[in-house]
Amino acid sequence: MSKPKVAFYWCASCGGCEEAVVDLNEVVLDVVEAVDIVFWPVAMDFKVSDVEALADGELAAAFINGAVRTSEQAEMAELLRRKAGAIVAFGACAWLGGIPGLANLYSRESILEFVYGGSPSVQNGDGGVPQELIDVPEGRMTLPHFDEDVRTLDEVIDVDYYLPGCPPPAGLIAQAVMALVEGRLPEKGLVLAPDVALCAECPRAVTKPEDLKVARFYRPYEIVADPETCLLAQGLVCLGPSTRSGCGAACIAANMPCTGCMGPTSRVIDHGAKALAAIASLIETREPGEIAALSEQIVDPVGTFYRYSVPASLLHRRVGTKGGTATEGAVAHPAPTSTTGGES
Amino acid sequence: MTEILIDPITRLEGHGRIHIFVNDEGSVDHAYLQIPELRGFEKFAQGRRAEDMPQITSRICGVCPMAHHMAGTKTLDDLFHVDAPSAAKKVREMVYDAFMIEDHALHFFFLGGPDFVVGPTAPKAERNILGVIGKVGLEIGKEVIGVRKQIRDLMIDAAGKAIHPVFGLPGGISKPISPELRDRFVEGAAHAVEFGKFALQIFRDVVLANQEYVDLVTSDAYTHRTYYMGLVDENNKVNFYDGHLRVVRPDGTEFLTFAANEYLDHVAEHVEPWSYIKFCYLKDVGWNGFNDGPDSGVYAVAPLARLNAADGMSTPVAQEAYEEFFSTLGGKPVHFTLATHWARLVELVNAAERMGELANDPEITSPDVRTIPTETPTVGIGVVEAPRGTLFHHYETDERGLITQANLIVGTQNNAARIALSVDKAAKALVHGPEVDEGLLNEVEMAFRAYDPCFGCATHSLPGQMPLIVEIRRLDGGLVREIRRD
Repeated sequence: MSKPKVAFYWCASCGGCEEAVVDLNEVVLDVVEAVDIVFWPVAMDFKVSDVEALADGELAAAFINGAVRTSEQAEMAELLRRKAGAIVAFGACAWLGGIPGLANLYSRESILEFVYGGSPSVQNGDGGVPQELIDVPEGRMTLPHFDEDVRTLDEVIDVDYYLPGCPPPAGLIAQAVMALVEGRLPEKGLVLAPDVALCAECPRAVTKPEDLKVARFYRPYEIVADPETCLLAQGLVCLGPSTRSGCGAACIAANMPCTGCMGPTSRVIDHGAKALAAIASLIETREPGEIAALSEQIVDPVGTFYRYSVPASLLHRRVGTKGGTATEGAVAHPAPTSTTGGES
Repeated sequence: MTEILIDPITRLEGHGRIHIFVNDEGSVDHAYLQIPELRGFEKFAQGRRAEDMPQITSRICGVCPMAHHMAGTKTLDDLFHVDAPSAAKKVREMVYDAFMIEDHALHFFFLGGPDFVVGPTAPKAERNILGVIGKVGLEIGKEVIGVRKQIRDLMIDAAGKAIHPVFGLPGGISKPISPELRDRFVEGAAHAVEFGKFALQIFRDVVLANQEYVDLVTSDAYTHRTYYMGLVDENNKVNFYDGHLRVVRPDGTEFLTFAANEYLDHVAEHVEPWSYIKFCYLKDVGWNGFNDGPDSGVYAVAPLARLNAADGMSTPVAQEAYEEFFSTLGGKPVHFTLATHWARLVELVNAAERMGELANDPEITSPDVRTIPTETPTVGIGVVEAPRGTLFHHYETDERGLITQANLIVGTQNNAARIALSVDKAAKALVHGPEVDEGLLNEVEMAFRAYDPCFGCATHSLPGQMPLIVEIRRLDGGLVREIRRD
């Protein structure tokens, strides 16, 4: 019997998801033993035409990392969708948009203006920016078009499963690949990670007070955090209560708060809104002036609560953005909590 | 006029293509390397908390996230006007050396090395890590994987994660090094030094002992006489974590030195309409087009440039290797781009030795790794040497420490103009007429592969060769011929 065929592809990503696969180390050998990798542009020499030549549905699975921001990436995603029995959105960017998704707080034009004009190191006398069609002395050249928005993979194609994390933890990758290879297909739409909040697996959970209340929020550089105690209990904004587990609390092991890269649990629609609500519920005072003062201590709500999920949020992007003022991205407010379907 | 389009080049982060214009006499008028990539990190950094920048900017590259994380962390020290405790600086440098070891090893064995170990004209199916293992043996292949795992595990335990570390804070690091972890760093360093020596011996046996390869490395097609830049310590020795910038002329004499916070006085970015990448040049010389020589502001960074810009290495085994490098290649500076592969191994040994020195420093396990900032943040500039070259971060904030402006100059941008020159020159030397065969493609690729370019960061990871499609078209767009390397 021939081995199941799988494909790996990447869209708008940093390469960390590819490194995460390499970091499986010897487990990679088991994977290679069990499947035929028939497309993996970063590692192997197969072409788009090789994918086109496959019968529809011939691939057991395609693993796609990165968000989508160009037409070429969208076309590749659509091609793999036709060829693959299962599509796995691999990592935070493919699932939620990821950190590059923060670009949805700014217009495409303002990005171009800064990069090729406003940046202090640029010397660009005539103010020209790269063009999609360029006439050089020898002839004509082209550059691809960049979409206005960063989109999640499931805004472009139907996705079967999601692997969370930035990057996904090695153990979850290995489990997911082997489950698909062995035909143990989970329920469609599933996020292939434990469906409980990070606090459930956090080694500091025992120090988290039952009725945790925060009288002041600290930024990570403002205090030396005790290495054993719940970070929230120390006033640090840790997204553990609203973020899915499965990472082994890696950041917390380094004495740094969770920033939410594993995304929400299945009961939450809008991760940022859920995270905001979870933190807001810790505010002890009921006095409006004090609540406002405490809220002021969270100086960048969108970057704090929606760091990995702006494109997947209910708002998707900041609308009506023009120009590129410094405060443009800072004043974006997260989705009103009343519109979320989330509950803890 | 015939046009040859090499598209896509897949071992790049994002997408790269080479557009070659061949005139009616059959020689190349110009070959352009285009980088169609832009994500706008500097723009969406605006409004973010400054202290989040080391974690946000690491997402520029998942292969060298530690470089951005560390440049960002050092920038925060400057921004918050805070001096990290001595132990914190040592831990940062030690972890950074670990990163340099594994990243350089990956490039030599997985990406650049196959061209030499297996051979530039070997069957294309063998020009990859599997071919390397086939040539040098499975035991050595396992050793490469083993060293990489050992070093990356150290990074995880010290920095939280190897891919997208979290331990950097203004004024220090989030967690001290335990004595147990220190012991593992000591072991890892000793292992890595031996591994580095072994890699150097492979280079001697495979490349230097083969006249054909030596001729290739020293051929004019891969040579540019440019300025070179790198970080050096107070003794003008190579340092990856800290120091001041030193620039040498094409003749090897010192041109200028400057501190990181003076970078805007000396480094500027040039814009071309045909690529999304910006091309750095030395402001002191000026932008005089895509040319080499003393009158052109084009300069290089990364391993070859660092060795050229420094007076030596800070550790003994690496210093020996440094001396052998220059004596073998005809003295300083070395202008042969392909010699970068050798320089990379000299640096690998240096990083391993330096990591060992720091791991054996009694202060390395000190719990005193944080200074709490007390001043209002304003402007911060920081620099490190990424594996792929000098990396500047520059942040400005409001009084709450929210970013109002961020400017980043990454390693490969410094090299961008020289890489463009290299591709153009190699194509001119190798392409004659519209009929090009597959063997040519790898040699054109080698012109930029030596740089280990960061737009290829995403692809430093696994065995394999670079799939290429060459389409030869008439001016009316009709396809004359398509060559695929499968």
